[in-house]
Amino acid sequence: MPQPRAGQGKNLFQKVWDTHTVRTLPNGQIQLFIGLHLIHEVTSPQAFGMLRDLGLKVPYPKRTFATVDHIVPTDTRAEPFKDELAQGMINALRTACRDFGIEFFDIHSGKQGIVHVIGPELGLTQPGLTIACGDSHTSTHGAFGAIAFGIGTSQVRDVLATQCMALDPLKVRRVEVNGKLGLGVYAKDVILHIIRKLGVNGGTGYAYEFAGTLFDRFSMEERMTVCNMSIEGGARVGYVNPDATTFAYLKDRPYAPTGQAWDAAVARWASFASDPDAAYDDVVKIDAAEILPTVTWGINPGQAIFVDESVPSVATASAEQKASIAEALEYMKLKPGAPIKGTKVDVCFIGSCTNSRMSDLREVAKYVQGRRVAAGVKALVVPGSEQVRDQAVKEGLDKIFSAAGFEWRDAGCSMCLAMNPDKLVGDQLCASSSNRNFKGRQGSPTGRTLLMSPLMVAAAALTGAVADCREVFEVEAVGA
Amino acid sequence: MALAKITSVTGTAVVVPGDDIDTDRIIPARFMRCVTFDGLGQYAFYDVRFDPGTGKPLNHPLDRPEHKGASILISGNNFGCGSSREHAPQALQKFGIRAVVAGSFAEIFFGNCTTLGIPCVCVSDADRAKLAQAISANPALQVSVQLKTLRVEAGECSVPCTIKEGARQALGEGQWDAIGLLLDGAKAVSALEAKLPKISLVSLS
Ligand code: SF4
Repeated sequence: MPQPRAGQGKNLFQKVWDTHTVRTLPNGQIQLFIGLHLIHEVTSPQAFGMLRDLGLKVPYPKRTFATVDHIVPTDTRAEPFKDELAQGMINALRTACRDFGIEFFDIHSGKQGIVHVIGPELGLTQPGLTIACGDSHTSTHGAFGAIAFGIGTSQVRDVLATQCMALDPLKVRRVEVNGKLGLGVYAKDVILHIIRKLGVNGGTGYAYEFAGTLFDRFSMEERMTVCNMSIEGGARVGYVNPDATTFAYLKDRPYAPTGQAWDAAVARWASFASDPDAAYDDVVKIDAAEILPTVTWGINPGQAIFVDESVPSVATASAEQKASIAEALEYMKLKPGAPIKGTKVDVCFIGSCTNSRMSDLREVAKYVQGRRVAAGVKALVVPGSEQVRDQAVKEGLDKIFSAAGFEWRDAGCSMCLAMNPDKLVGDQLCASSSNRNFKGRQGSPTGRTLLMSPLMVAAAALTGAVADCREVFEVEAVGA
Repeated sequence: MALAKITSVTGTAVVVPGDDIDTDRIIPARFMRCVTFDGLGQYAFYDVRFDPGTGKPLNHPLDRPEHKGASILISGNNFGCGSSREHAPQALQKFGIRAVVAGSFAEIFFGNCTTLGIPCVCVSDADRAKLAQAISANPALQVSVQLKTLRVEAGECSVPCTIKEGARQALGEGQWDAIGLLLDGAKAVSALEAKLPKISLVSLS
């Protein structure tokens, strides 16, 4: 791959932005057309209420697709749900979609799931698109070479009513990771490492272009895992340039073009990739070989260490970090200076829009087959979508998980956050493949979260404590 | 669709005294799990209107019969501080409030209100006391917030008010919400939309 030079070429962000620019508004912002709008039950019903208040219609209903993910229970999905509010939210979305002519991938449709899992698997997420969704992890869709924004409720309304948003352009930072990952090191470790290095606010004002030989070799699911957490590094948008891997993934997906239209689409998609001489506002280079299995110890995703490192202490911290480290240590109740390895866990969660796809489940199943979850540990595997669920069942993965003592659940956000019945209790410590370790994130105000890769979660589940997946499992050649 | 040009708000007023009234007070967090902002009006100021223990009404100004239907809220300094939740101005608007008069406003709350077309004007402590007196003497008095002359009028009582010039202009020109600007571009949008590939089961024809 040619080295980027500070040249005259355009990067993908600029090309997609320009293609979708409607005009410059009187207030100086850009009116940007949104090619694909995804909605779910938490942030969108209110937007429909605003639309009704203003007497507005949805002019392009075929560019919006809905599903339900945050509030659906994953143990039983019989309606009415026990939680009346949850039932109200799903009902409101059903009504709104009917009223405004929007396609809704409802539970039991076979297509329901976490919005950031189903967009790609249905082939809705395509290169060169502008995408918006009332959810901060919309950056996931950037894995396809789309510019995907997480937005607030008023902007959801704007997109419904006008298919546009008023925005200021972002700067672009190329984050180049070259080389190969070691055994037992995964895409999740890569993004945790990038956030650790660049900071949780390091991406403010930037779109991240993830590139380099590592990303060239990454599968689409690995690219999604990384782009998913761009927002945790402060970048509103993260993307990978579309290539043969992208096109192969999209081929024959339900919403992907077919026949002659397919060839035209591929040519168009390829044209959005950053030019070899594209200019960037910043370039960061990372050597893949330096990345090891990573675990968060604190209360933001940047507070991460390699699994063989020790929990930091206030005494040895730099002056500006002392306060945040002290706050995190107090909340997490971890011993400063002690190795993170061996920290007892109560709950193990494999799921969320970061790591709930087939490749995640297959990888874990391969290693937990014939083994048992440690006594006293509650372990869950929650597929990201009904399609993932069905495929996993077809491959017999559900049986492997159940036999190993994992609870096999139905599709949804589950224990990633507190809007459905899957919650931590008290100050339980959870090894989680999700993306946020904020205070109270997993449903208990004192609950504690350690973020890590799915295989690291499995290693914790089997041993009852934070463990190095490379040691617990005799890890074969995995990763890229 | 052009938005209304808001140059004045007229109606009866209600005084909710106190400084630093935060958004948690305006709409308690537990009412934020909602499917629409529509129902939020009834929860405005909920925890000071109803006894948290017994649920009995506490004869809060908002619930007094003489202030039924009031559309102008008068309060203290630093109104709307705390969390940036969009639910707070939504709750006030759904309750029926169309303008807020206070000593000063928290910035994000002010911006959120402007986006909803709710003018927030600042009036000095002494002048707000005068307004309060006039309203308490005659709760049926029509109060008018005038953005052109920058005055709040209540019968005999007329006092000066201030509002950020950008917000005053946006309200007056019917551009208080980006959606107005975005809607104005509808023609350009449909021209662009026609050129871009569709997303459907039979795509890119
Ligand atoms: S899985 Fe978690 S982060 Fe992803 S959309 Fe659901 S709640 Fe949000």
